Amino acid sequence: MKALLVCEYQQGKLLESTYELLAFADRLGADKVMLLIGSEAEVPNFGGKVYLADTGKYGEYNPDLHKRLVLDTAQKEHPDYIVFVHSSFGWDLAPRVAAALKAAQVSEIIGVAEGKFEVPACNAKLRRLLAPKTAQAVLTIQAGAFSYQGEARGTPQVERVELAGSPARVEFIGYEAAEKKAVDLAKAEVIVSAGRGIGKKENVETIAALARALGGELGATRPVVDAGWVEHSRQVGSSGQSVTPKLYVACGISGAIQHIAGMKKSTFIVAINKDKDAPIGEVANILVVADVMQFVPALTARLQK
Amino acid sequence: MKMLVCIKQVPDMESRFRLNSEGVWYDEQDLAFRMNEYDEYAVEQAIRVKEQLGGAADIMILSIGPARVVEAIKKGLAMGSDRGVHIQDDHIYQKDPWQVASVIAAFARDKNFDLVFTGLQSQDRGSAQVGILVAELLGYACATTLVGFELSGDVVTARRELEAGIRAIIKFKLPAVVTCQLGLNNPRYPTLPNIMKARQKELLAFPIMDFLSEEGTTTTERMYPPEKKGHGLVLEGDIQETADKLVAILKEKTTVLR
Repeated sequence: MKALLVCEYQQGKLLESTYELLAFADRLGADKVMLLIGSEAEVPNFGGKVYLADTGKYGEYNPDLHKRLVLDTAQKEHPDYIVFVHSSFGWDLAPRVAAALKAAQVSEIIGVAEGKFEVPACNAKLRRLLAPKTAQAVLTIQAGAFSYQGEARGTPQVERVELAGSPARVEFIGYEAAEKKAVDLAKAEVIVSAGRGIGKKENVETIAALARALGGELGATRPVVDAGWVEHSRQVGSSGQSVTPKLYVACGISGAIQHIAGMKKSTFIVAINKDKDAPIGEVANILVVADVMQFVPALTARLQK
Repeated sequence: MKMLVCIKQVPDMESRFRLNSEGVWYDEQDLAFRMNEYDEYAVEQAIRVKEQLGGAADIMILSIGPARVVEAIKKGLAMGSDRGVHIQDDHIYQKDPWQVASVIAAFARDKNFDLVFTGLQSQDRGSAQVGILVAELLGYACATTLVGFELSGDVVTARRELEAGIRAIIKFKLPAVVTCQLGLNNPRYPTLPNIMKARQKELLAFPIMDFLSEEGTTTTERMYPPEKKGHGLVLEGDIQETADKLVAILKEKTTVLR
């Protein structure tokens, strides 16, 4: 069994998530070969074969060109699996490759069981076990689900790949940097975050009061930020900030995967939610089952005593 | 300008889910269904394009599924779309993303849509595949995860959301398929007069077999709830007592309280 692992590279850097692909392939027990559309200076620490396409020529992520490069490499290697991280890069590119190969695709894998793939459903409240029916399959793995143990070593054997002029329909113009952070949540020892479960904008102040009582900062989930209740610089999760405070209090947060990815490494997690089955309970040290707008003021008052 | 918006109807994610008798999907009984959240941004963006063009556009809403999905189509019409198409299938949950995309592409193939909008992913299955597969099948340009969309002539300048707040600015020509990320715009609420008007709008229905010719490429072995890790302590009951207990635990287990 062989896996072609497609590295992710952005603005001159190989992304660390590349090593999660290696961990996943090890979990499968597959032989590994990698493709990097990047630069020689940034080849992964890996003692196998790496196909390298120069980003100086192919540029930052471009769906049509990257698809051609993956397909050309797949043609040389005949992998059983072509694997990406389920990121804005991987989920965009993988189906294009799958369509061209008429291959099955399984998205956002979090586990392997009986040679089949486990994926989340319904906001992580359920799981599905899927099996590809085609000989070749395209897979994306959830970011953070497979972690590489120890430090990766090895110098790859590099083989350059070139494309004979391939038209690209999508033109890359440039990057827009993240908004300047008004608050650096990464430094906070305590973060108290508000989720959609707080009900309305006026209730944000109640959550902020608890944050103050604990000497911490206010955080928020994406829906709360999108609704304009809290500014973007306080967003915790894969599209906001990743945080590791000593105490994280999740108020009215059901626990979308993208949010959990940004806070699960906190030292101690308290979740306050009326739904006992909310996925946030899976990462919480303590789950308080209560109406958040009743419990939070009581807790704040207790702390101020 | 001809636009197609592909929407899915999904259960409220706050629901308590039970499995169906086959054990491969959730039981739909007692669930409240609504338009997939990502698709609301897709509908809104299509309407904004029509407004930008002074109304010189036609927006068709398409959804595949059992009779209940007509409610989601009607919401799209009440938001301001022009016509609806219901592709009827009581067993849509048994179709994989490849089949769903092939049905949409078969429907759209001879209709010359300039722009196809859909959500980044569905809230229940979340494969994030269908929009891209439709584009590949139709030979259209495709951009995903959009948080910015500007149309000028037949050129779209879009912002893709990457990770950690970074965005990529890209440009492409129509025809194209785009998938919408949360926060792309502010989806409007249908007003009562528009809900009334929507009742008069065209709503066509076709059986899925008119468009389905592909076999699935994946099999669902089973669906199941995640194993309860049971690490966490659950506190419930009287609010004051629970607050006292929580403070005591925080004092013992963390260093943030004196």
